[in-house]
Amino acid sequence: MTAPPLLSVDGVTRDFRRGGLITGKTLRAVDDVSFTLGGKPQVFSIVGESGSGKTTLARMVLRLVAPTAGTIMLDGRPLHAKGKDRMDDFAFRRMVQPIFQNPFEAFSAYIPVADYLRITALNLKVADDREQADAIAGEALGLVGLSAKGVAGKYIRQFSGGELQRLSVARALVTKPRLIVADEPVSMIDASLRMSIVNLFRQITDQQGVSFIYITHDLSTAYYLSDTVSIMHQGRMIESGSPAEILANPRQAYTRTLLAAVPDTTRRWPEIDAINRTWRGQPAGQEA
Amino acid sequence: MMEIKDVVLGYGRQNFITAVDGVELTIKEDEIFGIAGESGSGKSTLMRAIYGDFSNGLRIVKGSITASFGDGSPVDSRQMKAHWWDRVSYVPQGSMSVLNPLMRIEKQLLDGLPQRKRSGNRRERRRELASFLERLDLEESVLDAFPHQLSGGMRQRVLVAIAAFVDPRLILADEPTTALDVVVQKRILLMLVEIQRQLRNTLVLVSHDLGVHYQVTDRIAVMYRGKIVEVGPTDQIFANPQHEYTQRLISSLPRLHRGVSDGGGET
Repeated sequence: MTAPPLLSVDGVTRDFRRGGLITGKTLRAVDDVSFTLGGKPQVFSIVGESGSGKTTLARMVLRLVAPTAGTIMLDGRPLHAKGKDRMDDFAFRRMVQPIFQNPFEAFSAYIPVADYLRITALNLKVADDREQADAIAGEALGLVGLSAKGVAGKYIRQFSGGELQRLSVARALVTKPRLIVADEPVSMIDASLRMSIVNLFRQITDQQGVSFIYITHDLSTAYYLSDTVSIMHQGRMIESGSPAEILANPRQAYTRTLLAAVPDTTRRWPEIDAINRTWRGQPAGQEA
Repeated sequence: MMEIKDVVLGYGRQNFITAVDGVELTIKEDEIFGIAGESGSGKSTLMRAIYGDFSNGLRIVKGSITASFGDGSPVDSRQMKAHWWDRVSYVPQGSMSVLNPLMRIEKQLLDGLPQRKRSGNRRERRRELASFLERLDLEESVLDAFPHQLSGGMRQRVLVAIAAFVDPRLILADEPTTALDVVVQKRILLMLVEIQRQLRNTLVLVSHDLGVHYQVTDRIAVMYRGKIVEVGPTDQIFANPQHEYTQRLISSLPRLHRGVSDGGGET
């Protein structure tokens, strides 16, 4: 018997009702999405613009929202089951950990950030006592390139966004999870620090065997980081494949539009040259 | 068009905090000038001072910022306010902060027009406005909408159109597309470029996103901790950054089209 895939999402739909019972409308945030995360640990990106349903999908995988239809299996067990089939909350949260967009909001201003690591270890019962929790926290900090001594007793305002997101990763690693769901984890971080966080995800996947679901609107980092890139549009997962595949041969018109709109620094948009030709009779950047 | 001489800007009095520390800059006629930098670099403070918005404790403690609009004497940035939505217009990050939520777009637009744009009666002005919007791919019906009835991207496009309609010599755009999706962002950036090329005025664009600067600007200044570390033609800076900080910034960008040589515009 082969092991079940880590995560298997099958025909998942989620509706939200807006407005009154009679006059209201149903909004389909996620529409019949299926994908599987199996085999060796990997980074699976879900790319979409605002309103595409990517965050609702992430929240269903994090068991914060239940699907209207369809099933999600985690390690062979139905994630949203009720009653005795339901996976114990502690077991679930040890196995699947979140990282959020804004690290300044993810941590309280009144609790030293490093304390969250100990608290997580104790709350989720990966440590029996404080001493053991601190040892586990120290180990997790080491994995993200921080030292327990360096961060002890410091509050959020004493860290940069990049350092805080590093601490978010360390906190997630405390439970030795198999899957981390990161929703726009680098969009609040300055560009010069962004890649160090993205590289850290890759390193954690390759060296610690933790899979990532990386939710983002930013195609560039998704391409750089992922084993698989999926594109979401209007609730549907319209395209999925290796980054190279999708870049070279996007099948959907929307994917092509999205690709063409990325402000990449290697290729100027042809529209800009067209405007310059119209008004100046020459392409840009050729003036004295 | 704009001379910035050894300017020092900051906030507060007793506990003065320096945000811009000795910036020297010349911005030319008929160019798109980009100001790049990360959070806390001073780029938005510099932009506010150029616009002459000295609210919230912003002070200029040294140096000067002077603009010349080609018709009359130079204008010190402290007097710039008299030229707002006339010679100078401003596109902020969030359109809701400048649009009045209780007023239809047409009214706020026509009420704010400078004297030189107030020829003819209301109907003629509306017609002129509608045909201007049409050239920018916006339907006349947006004039009858309240701001909340438009999507964020549409509001921002309307705002750019308003900024351009007064035929300003200087358009200042501070992170005009930051909160928007890339497809909408591209539309707005193309609109800004088209307007500048058409009016042959000056567009100053502040953005933290180097990709945006690469796509649209002619020249770029890179700010770091209140100072300009590097300034020059955009293609040149991307192809051959001189300052260590700029090099780090550019090399840390993930590139979609790897294998394509940098700065395709050079010879």
